[in-house]
Amino acid sequence: MTTLSDVRSRLVRPHQRKYLPLYATLALLAVMYGSGVVQYEAFSDPQVVLNVFIDNGFLLVVAVGMTFVILTGGIDLSVGAVVALTTMVSAALLEQAHWPAYAVLPVALLIGPILGFGMGCIIHYFEIQPFIVTLAGMFLARGLCYTIGTSSIPIVDPFWTTMGDSMHLGEYRISPSVIIALVVVLVAAYVLAYTRLGRNTYALGGNPRSAHLMGLPVARTRIAVYTISGFCSALGGVLLTFYLPSGNSLHAIGMELDAIAAVVIGGTLLTGGTGFVLGTVLGVMVLGLIQTLITFDGRLSSWWTKIVIGALLFAFILLQRVITPRKR
Amino acid sequence: MNTLVKHRLFWPVAMLVVLLLSNLIFTPNFFKVEVRDGHLYGSLIDILRFGAPLLIVALGMTLVIATGGIDLSVGSVVAISGAFACWRISEQGDQNSVAGVLVAVALALGLALLLGAWNGVLVAVIGIQPIIATLILMVAGRGLAQLITDGQIITVNSSPYKLIGAGYWVTVPFAVLVALAVTALLALLTRRTALGMLIESVGGNAEASRLAGIHSRRITMMAYIVAGLCAGIAGLMISSNVSSADGNNAGLWYELDAILAVVIGGTSLAGGRFSIAGTVVGALLIQTLTTTIYTTGIPPETTLLFKALVVTIVCLVQSPAFRAKVFQGRRRTTPPPAGPSSATTEKVEVPA
Repeated sequence: MTTLSDVRSRLVRPHQRKYLPLYATLALLAVMYGSGVVQYEAFSDPQVVLNVFIDNGFLLVVAVGMTFVILTGGIDLSVGAVVALTTMVSAALLEQAHWPAYAVLPVALLIGPILGFGMGCIIHYFEIQPFIVTLAGMFLARGLCYTIGTSSIPIVDPFWTTMGDSMHLGEYRISPSVIIALVVVLVAAYVLAYTRLGRNTYALGGNPRSAHLMGLPVARTRIAVYTISGFCSALGGVLLTFYLPSGNSLHAIGMELDAIAAVVIGGTLLTGGTGFVLGTVLGVMVLGLIQTLITFDGRLSSWWTKIVIGALLFAFILLQRVITPRKR
Repeated sequence: MNTLVKHRLFWPVAMLVVLLLSNLIFTPNFFKVEVRDGHLYGSLIDILRFGAPLLIVALGMTLVIATGGIDLSVGSVVAISGAFACWRISEQGDQNSVAGVLVAVALALGLALLLGAWNGVLVAVIGIQPIIATLILMVAGRGLAQLITDGQIITVNSSPYKLIGAGYWVTVPFAVLVALAVTALLALLTRRTALGMLIESVGGNAEASRLAGIHSRRITMMAYIVAGLCAGIAGLMISSNVSSADGNNAGLWYELDAILAVVIGGTSLAGGRFSIAGTVVGALLIQTLTTTIYTTGIPPETTLLFKALVVTIVCLVQSPAFRAKVFQGRRRTTPPPAGPSSATTEKVEVPA
């Protein structure tokens, strides 16, 4: 491993290391956007960038929640299923039970945090790997979806359709979801950077035993991040119903992978302890731009998206491997 | 009696038996196996036949988990190998030519082996965490499978290929025979040679094994290659059973079922210990659960709920922390663990 450490010491000084993946993502984003602008005339329209946010607002919110979990060194595989469950519950309550929108919204937003809280408790108190606990959570949420109904339930509630409409900002369009997603990003960035919870999250990811010995509230923090991730998934689910006004058990299949990919491409270390919400925003933009580029190209089929995301994941994980000091 | 209850396979086997017996209430002739047209028929045979691909994937997964890793890409490899074999066969002039089918099968298995080796290199040589390393192929693999099938579902009409998944050989379903052969081979290799012990030692502590003179990288590589190959075989079976390849949906969630089977069988996710027999029981248990749900008329959508329940219970029972907290009162003789012991904490923090 001498070659790796040589490269490492030549490439980066220690205090810059944590920013390197972020710079790499930024550079990648610039190159992708630049190549789009050079190739396609219509690409330079700012609306293209806004569309990336409109089409991926829900993914952004989910990925922000995932960032918290990955910062503690954990993982949450249940997010896609929780998103689907939220869409299903909202649709069923609105259209089949005919609840008013103001009553449905809190119920829909509560499911995720409750599931997340439960999973966090099991992970912490019974010391079971997050991977397997959230896997069970994923089965549970998907299973609940199917028991509510196997077919798609369209949503025609006026509040929901208004929230799905795009708003005009001068000559550009955005949707209310984009604003909600950006607010979530700002709040998350503030929490991680300036509050005790944020610092505990980083400390827990850096070294759980040190965090424990320092007297930090490990239990509370670990349970909190899974609850936050659950809430973000629920909010993501609500945003998805704004975007696609229907509840469907098959919504958001594989979204956990997209969210993890966005977080990793955004430079958050999977071992925990290092990463930024801003990086996750960049990661989601990279995923969105890949889709946009493939749509603009028109010759490539949609499955190239998956292959490119896989290749990018590989590149960024390799980069992480090069820059992180080997733990002994 | 006490030693029987304490045996680590007691609970999985007991659950399997209970599940099988509960079928009797709904279908009285559940255990009936008959020979019709020279083929074996019956619910039990169906469980074995449809459970065969899962069993094979789970066996490969057992070895990977025993080294302390995990392979999330098996579902994608299932899709790729099925897609590749079907594509090769559909390109042939004569789809029924045995030689052509053999070549297609060999090429598909070779491809699966390569994909396993790719995972192995990422984990053993580059040193990426197994979950993440195999996540790459899990995401990209679905794309690759669709690339092979060109986004379509490839249908083949080839009787030699159909044999693998749906055919019979001397009254027994061919898939069951393949599963038996793979199980026997792996059991022999791991329990009659030193290989099993080497795998467990690498899973227990890779660095210590290396210092003790074991090629731990080579062992880890081998585990991922075997897992890839097993997924390849399962992919052939699944696509052959329905005579078509669907890049998007073939083998979807297979990795989760396989991990579940391994965990139910008593193999610890922390690595260092594995049980081939346990995995066989685990895979059969999952397949029986699925079959039971279908035959008893419970809506099949609830399968996932049952699986969630089973995973949670099995993991809780396996967790030392859970046992310590819940069964503390019963074991006054043993001293209670003082705080989180360093060894268990170390193990638990590894994932993700």
